[in-house]
Amino acid sequence: MAIKRIGTQTIKFVNPPLLISTASIVGPKEGEGPLGEYFDKVLSDDLFQEVSWEKAESKMTKEAISLATNKAQLKIPDIQYLLGGDLLNQLIATTYAARDLQIPFLGLYGACSTMAESLALGGILIDGGFADRVVAATSSHFSSAERQFRFPLELGNQRPLTAQWTVTGAGAVILSEKGKGPTITHVTTGKVLDYGIADASNMGAAMAPAAASTIVSHFSDTGFKPEDYDLIITGDLGIYGGEIAIELVRNRGLDIMKNYSDCGIEIFNGKKQDTHAGGSGCGCSAVVFCGYLYKKLVEKKYRKILLVSTGALFSPLSLQQGESIPSIAHAVTIECN
Amino acid sequence: MKRQTENKKRYQQLVKEISPKPHYIKNCTWAFFVGGFISMIGQFIHNSVERMLNLSHLEATNATILIMIFVGALLTGLGIYDRIGKRAGAGSIVPITGFANSIVSPAMEFKREGYIFGVAARMFTLAGPVLVYGITSSVLVGLIYYLLK
Repeated sequence: MAIKRIGTQTIKFVNPPLLISTASIVGPKEGEGPLGEYFDKVLSDDLFQEVSWEKAESKMTKEAISLATNKAQLKIPDIQYLLGGDLLNQLIATTYAARDLQIPFLGLYGACSTMAESLALGGILIDGGFADRVVAATSSHFSSAERQFRFPLELGNQRPLTAQWTVTGAGAVILSEKGKGPTITHVTTGKVLDYGIADASNMGAAMAPAAASTIVSHFSDTGFKPEDYDLIITGDLGIYGGEIAIELVRNRGLDIMKNYSDCGIEIFNGKKQDTHAGGSGCGCSAVVFCGYLYKKLVEKKYRKILLVSTGALFSPLSLQQGESIPSIAHAVTIECN
Repeated sequence: MKRQTENKKRYQQLVKEISPKPHYIKNCTWAFFVGGFISMIGQFIHNSVERMLNLSHLEATNATILIMIFVGALLTGLGIYDRIGKRAGAGSIVPITGFANSIVSPAMEFKREGYIFGVAARMFTLAGPVLVYGITSSVLVGLIYYLLK
């Protein structure tokens, strides 16, 4: 009998795991954005003294994990599991970091939903009594993502207004069964949804139904109301995807308008930084959570938030074969105590 | 099943309503002026080499194409062409400088994957289709022209 399950898609932890420390590393553009001051490290060069962007991304992940471990006054061998992923084929950014760190590793792919996915699974490992300390880490890099999913950087093309800007950044969270910090209390695992959007430059629209579905399931499973949260924040729906998600949730009888935001909207100043619809990528919800939201939770500016990381589960190959973009969203409730 | 397709249709309608439309007039104006300006430079080079190097019209055309491709490649290498393209759109894609950009940009991008499977193999990922269909259609048009003549 699964005593920790409530409703159809949600887990309620019995011994809520604590988030004892976080670390975030971002690229120069993210550092210039409105949340710049909240990040632990802002790179002056997005190559991070490496020879390729993939290596730079991997180094960011590794440094973020080391930094989060140091902040928690732990050493790498104290960490029992590394859960994480990125956007690159075969998760090369995370796996090469895991090669160097030698922490038992479970690689995850949930596209940009990976931050919530790794937090959720990390929480399950701890509450289940399978681990005492786990690190959840995800990353993305504008330049490594562009070349895999879109066009060469120097190509003179125009980005549509609905296009988003992949965040260069890595975030790591240390989850522990004891210590001090906010806790994860609930996890709602999303289903893969596809409403037939096939435009890779309008991923907010592709992901909005998945976000709305997970949010609605979360409230019906837990019995919470939107007002119970100080903030309901999606991963990277951007400006238009966010609007669509609010509308879809409203159609199901819930109003999240007042306390809704999106990490992709928060991280950049769209007008000044020319990022169009907002930020995206695994790193987007990772650094916004690890940098900004975590600090606000520790300061008790936010008492309870719902982080809904959203992922578009497509590949350039599937799009060329005429498939539409399936999406997923996972929600985690984080409370300060 | 039917309901599902209807839901999808309704959703796509909602997305269409919320998503912003591109600024057609602004984009067309930029494309018109930048494209025109690039063409004007081409014409200027054409006239100059024709006169100064004493070339025939066709020879001057070939020389102009070479120069324009060089300029497009150089501006791509310097990181300027993508900034022009951001504003100009088709205005800087359609001229031959844009063709140079579509070859040089993947070549630069994949340099780290080596000179064979990186630079050389990826160089034509964008320009390849243009070459294949461009050459095919020129052959077809040539054949039709030959038969009608």
